Amino acid sequence: MVRVEFLGPIQKNALELEINNLNELAKILQEDEELKDWLDNCAVAVNDTLVSSLEAPLKSGDKISLLPPVCGG
Amino acid sequence: MLTLYDGALDVPKILKDWYEEEAASNYGAYVPFVGTVRSEDGIDGLSFDVYEPILNAWFASWREKAKAKGAIVKMAHSRGDVLLHESSYVASVFSPKRRVALELIDEFVEDFKAAAPIWKYDLKNGKRVYALERSTAIKGSGILGVKS
Repeated sequence: MVRVEFLGPIQKNALELEINNLNELAKILQEDEELKDWLDNCAVAVNDTLVSSLEAPLKSGDKISLLPPVCGG
Repeated sequence: MLTLYDGALDVPKILKDWYEEEAASNYGAYVPFVGTVRSEDGIDGLSFDVYEPILNAWFASWREKAKAKGAIVKMAHSRGDVLLHESSYVASVFSPKRRVALELIDEFVEDFKAAAPIWKYDLKNGKRVYALERSTAIKGSGILGVKS
């Protein structure tokens, strides 16, 4: 089971999913109407490290975060 | 040093504290940057969400970059609401000579705007509205989107 958290302005509760990699996550989230405007501009972190590929394997207990566009300062 | 505060920053105190912390450190240059909330588009202020784990990692990487040049970086940022003419962001670089500090503060603030996991909202008519148009997608964003 991995936990998926939606940060900042994405108004969505965390999900707990049985998935093995980010490709599976992409397929699930692409079906979610609430997220259709976010997926193209969100960065993804696994256990608080940003990732650039969907290929990295996931293991139970991993935390995935979706980070929408930022603007500090 | 990275410090987060609830609400507006006490800029004079932060700048004074940083100055005093490094007064005997033999740095020849102290270059601060202060970000202040301006009145525009009828806003009453700004509000911020911060994701600390990744912010801390981002800042740690900058601490190493600065160290490699003999410099140090310090930063303070607000969480929550900051009203007009208050400040939400202070950053500074201390270095032995001015050129490193002047260049590093520019690079640091630009990368902060592009990569630090902080989300900005306009406070307008009692609402908190995400400032999407002024925001920047973090490098590598979009990998979960539908491939065309």
